[in-house]
Amino acid sequence: MIELEGLTKRYGEKVAVNNLSFAVRPGMVTGFLGPNGAGKSTTMRMILGLDRPTAGDVRIDGTHYDRLKDPLTYIGALLDAKAVHGGRSAFNHLLCLAQSNGIPRARVHEVLDTVGLTPVARKKAKGFSLGMGQRLGIAGALLGDPRILMFDEPVNGLDPEGIHWIRTLMKSLAAQGRTVFVSSHLMSEMALTADHLVVIGQGRLLADTSMADFIQRNSRAYVRVRTPQPEQLSDVLAAAGITVVRTGDGAFEVDGGKAEHIGELAARHQVVLHELSPQQASLEEAFMRLTAESVEYHAHSGTGDAPAARAWGEDWTGEG
Amino acid sequence: MIEAVGLTKRYGAKTAVYNLSFQVRPGAVTGFLGPNGSGKSTTMRMILGLDNPTSGQVTIGGYPYRKLPNAARQVGALLDAKAVHGGRSARSHLLSLAQLSGIPARRVDEVLGVVGLQDVAKKRSKGFSLGMGQRLGIAAALLGDPQVLLFDEPVNGLDPEGILWVRNLMKALAAEGRTVFVSSHLMSEMALTADHLIVIGRGQLLSDMSVKDFISANSADFARVRTPDTEPQLREKLTSALTGAGGQVLPEQDGALRVMGLPLPRISDLAHDVDVRLWELSPHQASLEEAYMRMTQGAVDYRSTIDQKAGLQQPLPPGAQPPMPVPGQGQPGWYAPPAPPQQGGQQFAPPQGQPPAGPYGAPAPGAAPAPAPGAPQPNPYAQAAPQAPVQPVATPAAPAAPAAAPAPAADLTKSEDAR
Amino acid sequence: MAAAQVVRSEWTKIRSVASTVWTLSLAVVVTVALGILISLLSRHEFDNLSRAERLSFDPTFVSFAGMSLGQLAMIVFGVLVVSNEYSTGMIRTSLAAVPQRGTFLFSKLAVATALAFGVGLATSFVTFFLGQAMLGEHRAALGDPGVLRAVVGGGLYMTLIAVFSMGVAAMLRGPMLSLGILMPFFFLISNILGNVGATEKVGRYLPDQAGSSIMRVVTPVDDDTPYGPWGGLGIMALWVLAALLGGFLSLKKRDA
Repeated sequence: MIELEGLTKRYGEKVAVNNLSFAVRPGMVTGFLGPNGAGKSTTMRMILGLDRPTAGDVRIDGTHYDRLKDPLTYIGALLDAKAVHGGRSAFNHLLCLAQSNGIPRARVHEVLDTVGLTPVARKKAKGFSLGMGQRLGIAGALLGDPRILMFDEPVNGLDPEGIHWIRTLMKSLAAQGRTVFVSSHLMSEMALTADHLVVIGQGRLLADTSMADFIQRNSRAYVRVRTPQPEQLSDVLAAAGITVVRTGDGAFEVDGGKAEHIGELAARHQVVLHELSPQQASLEEAFMRLTAESVEYHAHSGTGDAPAARAWGEDWTGEG
Repeated sequence: MIEAVGLTKRYGAKTAVYNLSFQVRPGAVTGFLGPNGSGKSTTMRMILGLDNPTSGQVTIGGYPYRKLPNAARQVGALLDAKAVHGGRSARSHLLSLAQLSGIPARRVDEVLGVVGLQDVAKKRSKGFSLGMGQRLGIAAALLGDPQVLLFDEPVNGLDPEGILWVRNLMKALAAEGRTVFVSSHLMSEMALTADHLIVIGRGQLLSDMSVKDFISANSADFARVRTPDTEPQLREKLTSALTGAGGQVLPEQDGALRVMGLPLPRISDLAHDVDVRLWELSPHQASLEEAYMRMTQGAVDYRSTIDQKAGLQQPLPPGAQPPMPVPGQGQPGWYAPPAPPQQGGQQFAPPQGQPPAGPYGAPAPGAAPAPAPGAPQPNPYAQAAPQAPVQPVATPAAPAAPAAAPAPAADLTKSEDAR
Repeated sequence: MAAAQVVRSEWTKIRSVASTVWTLSLAVVVTVALGILISLLSRHEFDNLSRAERLSFDPTFVSFAGMSLGQLAMIVFGVLVVSNEYSTGMIRTSLAAVPQRGTFLFSKLAVATALAFGVGLATSFVTFFLGQAMLGEHRAALGDPGVLRAVVGGGLYMTLIAVFSMGVAAMLRGPMLSLGILMPFFFLISNILGNVGATEKVGRYLPDQAGSSIMRVVTPVDDDTPYGPWGGLGIMALWVLAALLGGFLSLKKRDA
């Protein structure tokens, strides 16, 4: 369990983290989301005692990080895959971490095996790809077999097999009753991994809810219906006071209706349905809606490029 | 249009890319997928004339890159966001590129606006975050307003807003009729962005088809069916009706049914015939990830294994509780699907006992990336392969026999997909 | 307990990077080789010296002449031991593993200091014996008054130079900045201040000039230095303590 209470960090005038309070509970994967510059990394660094809070408090299982004896056996973290001396071999890197926390040497071999780096254990970390570095960082986090794990952008640089592996790993760690706290910018990945979400924007807590609640609260839920008898269905639903929207491909989108309700109505009126599927917006959509105001770098909308480019092209052909 | 014909690259004894032929067409986003070490970067580098092919050739609009007249205005590429002189400002970096190819300075400010870096244009790129560096790289790719764009892992380091922006940008570029070629490891992202996929493994073409076909070919579609919760007997009734009609029915965790082998209208009719009301009838497609994992199994570099924790068993540090025993823990395959023994972990290792002349030539077991062991149906890719526009010399149409062998990994991927 | 674990860990760290080996071996080779060369030259030059110069001829000190260059390698060693943590980003991993920053820093310093002392002492003895062998009839013996003190002192001097660098690096963090300040300071500024009449009196309180008096056996004829060999080493030790205190406070206060 990680508990934050009124956590605040100021850099001069700038407030990076503002009065943040939440708890990360065991037994599930908690996703930590926020736009760039929202204060995610600063928060994670304060959890590990790397940065001092300006005000407020963080506790790991009720204790301050710097009071933990052998902290790697309580909490393992992957903050930055590059936080490794490039001239040291993967094995020696893990060995020095293990020794500092009284972890037996055999465990180093184990975690190297777990992350699949045994064949390159004696190679210098300098030559590692981003994905291998990430695996080494994950090995470091697992080293003390801790009850709490924290990962910052763990899939960075991993290939699909690696991404699948780390997702399964995080879920199984949570299923073992551990606390798993993971930040990521990949909404589609988060949607597959996390059970619970903590969302911050501009250093403030925006949401602390379950994944399902978060999507439900921040997006439109509707039911998609297909039928060979569109007119009848329209009438039936309209009679029941349910509004429908016809989409281009011949389906209906029914807002605010429950699938079971529509199913019952259709059965009662003998309307054949070829599809009746409750739809939910993606986590990404929900996230965008929530954080719309707290984004640091705004790119012009993607399609905005087209007119600009064309206008420029005309000039250019004129000159040429 | 990018066209590769028999593209091969050898580094000494190692074959990075072998006899690769494909076309990347304009007007679509084409995803370029493959495990680490499969030759994606080498291919990209050969397209851009940075590496010379050992044999074969790759052309852009009919010309090899180095012979392209005014290449910078025809091809834009984001290969490595860090390939920037850190001491230079974003603007002067772009300006120097623009001047190299006779692009007016006005365009620099335009692309800076497009990528959202106008406010930091005068700052040195050394202080840029990974995401900002990525935006700068994209700005450079757009600079010459090129018809052909190549992106290598474009969303790396971007935040959700940036990821959405890049996705929309690529789609918009394709919609304007440009050729957009994107490599990525993020399957879920690719599923949202790409129209067409080129998949390579161990330097060979594994697949060249639309995303939709790729997923259907490499996985099983199914329907989720829910009957009224209040009347459990209806569920039994429907199950037997569906099974009787030749469908496979599996229960889902939340009480719904997963039905395979029957189209949705047929399920609807069957339900009607036995007088069962439906509360849900939704089509489900497997994820691109699942389809991809099935196809590329065996062509992977680093394998993860289960965490043994033996080293920690003796002296548990005071205060730490022993790990809770949990079902699933300790089963092989929980952490990572086990590698097929003959292919485990080696990169481009020539198959044992094969003559060096055609290392990938024959669909020998162990040479071609095998179909997913554990796929319940006959290898779907083998059937779909003839649809591919470009037929690789060594289509990994491996014998369908191993496909029948069930593997523990298969269930795992499936339950994932149901989320 | 905890500190012992951290010391073991730091030993693993220091022995597993190449820079440790090459900086320390460079210190040994440069000091010894230059010591031999200058001893050899001095032996041939001795007959040309004036009477006063012959009286203040210090064969022990002459054999340590290589240290002025060898100490630069010791500085690099000291700087890299600490600032590598920062330049590679390893510091975050290290402090997450050992959040007690005092324990972390002083375990690291203890390991590096012990290693520097071992190498420094060996270098000092080797360069003394080889240097004396070159000096022929002008040589000093280890049993002569003050000579053993000077030879052991040579080892201490090299150690303290390295520790001073570690303290400065802990304050400044970056290897480039630390080396950019320490190298010119010891190689140029200290020499200039020490050799210009007006600043000579200030110059001799600088760490290297004060500390190197431990290696002198014969005092120059017109010497007015206000401290003896141990006093000089004491002044140097005060510099080292100040640098360590600065480094410790900097690590303690600042965000990693």
